[in-house]
Amino acid sequence: MAEKVLMKGNEAIAEAAILAGCRHYFGYPITPQTEIAAYMAKKMPKIGGTFLQAESEIAAINMVYGVSSTGKRVMTSSSSPGISLKSEGLSYLAGADLPALVVNVQRGGPGLGGIQPSQSDYFQATRGAGHGDFRMIVLAPASVQEMAELTVKGFELADEYRMTSLILADGTMGQMMEPVSLDITVKPQPEKPWAVTGTKCARFHNSINSLSLVPEELEKFNSDRYERYAKVEANEAMAEEYMVDDAEVVIAAFGIAARVSKNAVNEARKQGIKAGLIRPITLWPFPKEVFADAAKHAKAFISVELSMGQMIEDVRLSTRCRVPVTLCNRAGGMIPSPEQVLAAIKQANGGEA
Amino acid sequence: MSTTQYLFSGFGGQGVLFSGKLLAYKGLTEGKQLSWLPSYGPEMRGGTASCGVILSDEAVGSPIVTHPDVLIAMNLPSLDRYEDAVVPGGWIFADSSLIERKVKRADVKTVYIPATRLASEHNMPKLANIILMGKIFKELNEFNEESIQATLKKIISARHADMLETNYQALKIGADFE
Repeated sequence: MAEKVLMKGNEAIAEAAILAGCRHYFGYPITPQTEIAAYMAKKMPKIGGTFLQAESEIAAINMVYGVSSTGKRVMTSSSSPGISLKSEGLSYLAGADLPALVVNVQRGGPGLGGIQPSQSDYFQATRGAGHGDFRMIVLAPASVQEMAELTVKGFELADEYRMTSLILADGTMGQMMEPVSLDITVKPQPEKPWAVTGTKCARFHNSINSLSLVPEELEKFNSDRYERYAKVEANEAMAEEYMVDDAEVVIAAFGIAARVSKNAVNEARKQGIKAGLIRPITLWPFPKEVFADAAKHAKAFISVELSMGQMIEDVRLSTRCRVPVTLCNRAGGMIPSPEQVLAAIKQANGGEA
Repeated sequence: MSTTQYLFSGFGGQGVLFSGKLLAYKGLTEGKQLSWLPSYGPEMRGGTASCGVILSDEAVGSPIVTHPDVLIAMNLPSLDRYEDAVVPGGWIFADSSLIERKVKRADVKTVYIPATRLASEHNMPKLANIILMGKIFKELNEFNEESIQATLKKIISARHADMLETNYQALKIGADFE
């Protein structure tokens, strides 16, 4: 095993992207993800890559569209308000079936909001990233190691399914340092016969476009795309299960909320409460089956979130409302404490909070 | 199993984030699990900067330090803000050249060291944080010569190799202070 190094989550994303063969980064600075851009600015020129600070987030996402059209691995990163600006571009990428990696290191919103950690872009990431029928693969790292690993995986999935992979992190994941091993296996990049690379008069020209004025054709494009999405849903859902097998109270939490919740689960177990944790690693596709299975023996679910309650809807859908699902949350840049989560566990278990 | 949570706090510019990094790298050198989480944002510019470090034999759960085992207060606002958060039986290290009052808690171990004064006396005004770290390592029985040397090599870039010896001297000054 390679020696572990200490890195910030943001830096781990940047280094892993380079490892995955990404040589084009476009972005615009915003707290708390600026270290990604800073790292790329330092590294890309040394390895023959491109770092470009665009004039805006909108420009950056369209530069991503351009490079992706040529078949190269490419990424951009931002934080909540900046991702909203990229919304149009995300829809165009989906309409043109272009792979890309986008990172959202979330901060409190809505509007300009604050700069402290948040998970309140869950709806945006999993449902409404832009107009039209489309999905993104949404990956939710809960450690610096996963910031690196899921970045590599994000590029691979994006290429395989010709979709955008979104890393949905938050301020703590971006800013914290942990030991990380960059000994990560990267699969060979697939052929991209659709890319616009110059025909050399040897083939018919490719075209990358999201405009389609014939409704019958546009319907077909959408149906074909959703067949691909169905494959993603069938094959790519990921979750970590922690003490779920015999759990009566099951927590659903991702990212930093899962880290906090793990402390609470450990404490609850010490006090004799059968608590467990399901940590979705993919938020889309949502690991529905893991939740459906747990709903067979659990008497209550708690969704722990840094938002006013967004993922809770997916928890309710996945458990088909068989058991009560309550919310334990903080918002606006605040983070629930392990004590708050423990109190919610006790309440769900039938004791007083 | 042993887990120790540290909270470093002081004015922006005093090097509290670097102190935390030194501790984190020492943990890495010794093969521990760890997390380092800084405060970030406008509060850092002139106001209070802080960072939490967790060292453990097991995987670290929440990286957020709310109840430190060890508080390192480099200014009065930091002591005011975090004194009550320290777990009973924990430690408070205070830079007594900048903090005039004593710790009020009787259920914690308290160590005062005039780190800022010592730093200027030894003509290393930027290394008060490192002097303080020397004292912490000493008091917590963590002053392991070998891993400290290895840690300094990791954390101080080759470009500033001349700073390595100075930093080590600063650690020694802190460790030897009675």
